Amino acid sequence: MPEILTAPLTVSFPFTRSLGPVQSAFLTGLRERTVLGVRTTDGRVLVPPVEYDPVTAGEIRDLAEVAPTGTVTTWAWNPAPRDKQPLRTPFAWVLVRLDGADTALLHVLDAPGPHAVRTGMRVRIRWAPERTGAITDIGCFEPYEDEPGEDETAAGKAGAGEDRAREAGHRPAAPHDGVFDAPVTGIVTPARLDYTYTPGRAMSRHLAALAEHRITGERCPSCRKVHVPPRGVCPTCGVPTTEQTEVGPHGTVTTFCVVNIKAKGAGIDVPYVYAHIALDGADLALHARIGGIPYDEVRMGMRVAPVWTGDARHPDHFRPTGEPDAAYDTYKELL
Amino acid sequence: MSGQRTGREPVAVVGIGQTKHAAARRDVSLAGLVREAALRALDDAQLSWADVDAVVLGKAPDFFEGVMMPELYLADALGAAGKPVLRVHTAGSVGGSTALVAADLVAARVQRTVLAVAFEKQSESNAMWGLSLPVPFQQPLLAGAGGFFAPHVRAYIRRSGAPGGVGALVAYKDRRNALRNPWAHLHEHGITLEQVRSSPMLWDPVRYSETCPSSDGACAVVLTDRAGAARAPHPPAWVHGGAMRSEPTLFAGKDFVSPRAGRDCAAEVYRQAGITDPRREIDVAELYVPFSWYEPMWLENLGFAAEGEGWKLTASGATEPGGELPVNPSGGVLSTNPIGASGLIRFAEAALQVRGTAGEHQVDGARTALGHAYGGGAQFFSMWVVGRRPPTT
Ligand SMILES: [Zn+2]
Repeated sequence: MPEILTAPLTVSFPFTRSLGPVQSAFLTGLRERTVLGVRTTDGRVLVPPVEYDPVTAGEIRDLAEVAPTGTVTTWAWNPAPRDKQPLRTPFAWVLVRLDGADTALLHVLDAPGPHAVRTGMRVRIRWAPERTGAITDIGCFEPYEDEPGEDETAAGKAGAGEDRAREAGHRPAAPHDGVFDAPVTGIVTPARLDYTYTPGRAMSRHLAALAEHRITGERCPSCRKVHVPPRGVCPTCGVPTTEQTEVGPHGTVTTFCVVNIKAKGAGIDVPYVYAHIALDGADLALHARIGGIPYDEVRMGMRVAPVWTGDARHPDHFRPTGEPDAAYDTYKELL
Repeated sequence: MSGQRTGREPVAVVGIGQTKHAAARRDVSLAGLVREAALRALDDAQLSWADVDAVVLGKAPDFFEGVMMPELYLADALGAAGKPVLRVHTAGSVGGSTALVAADLVAARVQRTVLAVAFEKQSESNAMWGLSLPVPFQQPLLAGAGGFFAPHVRAYIRRSGAPGGVGALVAYKDRRNALRNPWAHLHEHGITLEQVRSSPMLWDPVRYSETCPSSDGACAVVLTDRAGAARAPHPPAWVHGGAMRSEPTLFAGKDFVSPRAGRDCAAEVYRQAGITDPRREIDVAELYVPFSWYEPMWLENLGFAAEGEGWKLTASGATEPGGELPVNPSGGVLSTNPIGASGLIRFAEAALQVRGTAGEHQVDGARTALGHAYGGGAQFFSMWVVGRRPPTT
């Protein structure tokens, strides 16, 4: 049993987003240190805003400015920030209901420790010094003490903070036309996923043989077909395959195309031939590049053999062997 | 039409909507895009959001926009709060599968009125990247979808003995058909057959003009029961059959030129619709043809022509708008390809034809139409047959 192979698989892409009118106003507003919500049909103010009413499904466009201060509605302490999270030091994930809003916004709170965080505490936005029209224009939230209010007599009472928060929360959001100079209409949101990939036992057996420049398939105990590369199971019969069998190394080009456009990140010069190759003894064709012959001389039925270069595991390409072409009838089931 | 599905509620298409398709719809968010199609479908049916009992959403792989579980983010835009919302995913065939899942909810009397929506906003990502993730230990193919399918086209040409120019005829026809469809992405006014024939060879034997574009777009249909159809302001299209079939991407005996899953799916949808001679009984077909040669290939796979004879049907002009079997009068996938929506657009266009509301690309007297979609490595198939008259049960 060869070792089970594993390798990192990173999937990342800078996705673009067309914002539409509401998100455009929201993100442009953040750039201008203005937090906008949207008023629903039943009069609530949603922050962050959405384009469509969650109750009636109607289009909603009445924007309203809310305060940069608010109240924590719930939180969770993050003792070990990961790469690309908003703060480098331990912080609290918080839901903050900004004053004038009816819903809470997810963000982070810069606090010295979990002892300094509680539901109901007052916080305010700490703006990022460089703002571009993104949710990260809010650098984070920070604890905030309200100015001693108009209701001085209540200040000494227990729970006065919450009282002030309630009052502040009732401060109505101010209508806003959402119009700014140079609005942000699109953003780029890079995404990245890190996986540990394992090809499994059957593929590991196949790869171990490839390292010795042998190409192997596995034969189905039921239909006797040889699958290359093997999956450890016959896709037709649904039974495990365990009988390894060496195929090739010679094979027949069953069909192909000539690739004339360069794929991003591919180190292959165009034009090149991308072919289906039925290795001798295999019951389906594998896919590979043809080399060692001008692209316009490749033909169906041409006999080929693998060429390994350097210490690469897979053949770099297949080259003509010079054998006579195979008759169409011998490979027509393997196109 | 015989009633082969006794006990099922008859399903009617009473609303159809699609967006203006384009290379990039930067004016709308994903939510705004699906909303545009959904509102047009509701307007067509003269229904409101409150009349919809469930929403079924389809799109191709999440990597195509990078939004995981878009059905959650899009629930507000589709009026799905408080209702069942389902996500369907069968690669390029997903638009068709989405309509069939929605139709089954009505046929099974689980819901009375269902909104089916499918979309893709290809401009937010790169489909070629999304289809060729760098899986360790595997040799990258780096040929893209065209490079994947072009060898199968060559295999078809060899197997059928078709002359080389048939693919160009399909592309020339579909691109001209698109000029009569205001929603189509490509409107190549003044296109000539010579331009198609001399366009750059991308993946020999597939030329640039024989290749689908990359589009942003959405499509929506409203499906309802008999009572809903009776209240509809416009004549509905009735679903006479719907089927899906799948098979592995690669296996010993796989026939990429005429996949068995496609043949089986067609046989099942014809059985349900009581069709024994599709070429005679179907008036118009909207087939998923992303590369021109797939028209003759599917004509054979779907039983419109005998094996090896599909290209003769195309070359004879039978699939032209005035021909015996018009194929893709809308301009097809070759003129509009928001991948996840493309299958639903085929289904919707088939329904438009039998309702008599296809506008400038209406096929005169169309009574029975086939909508077809396929996806993945020619491994997922979905089809429906729709008719002007309700099924007899
Ligand atoms: Zn087997």
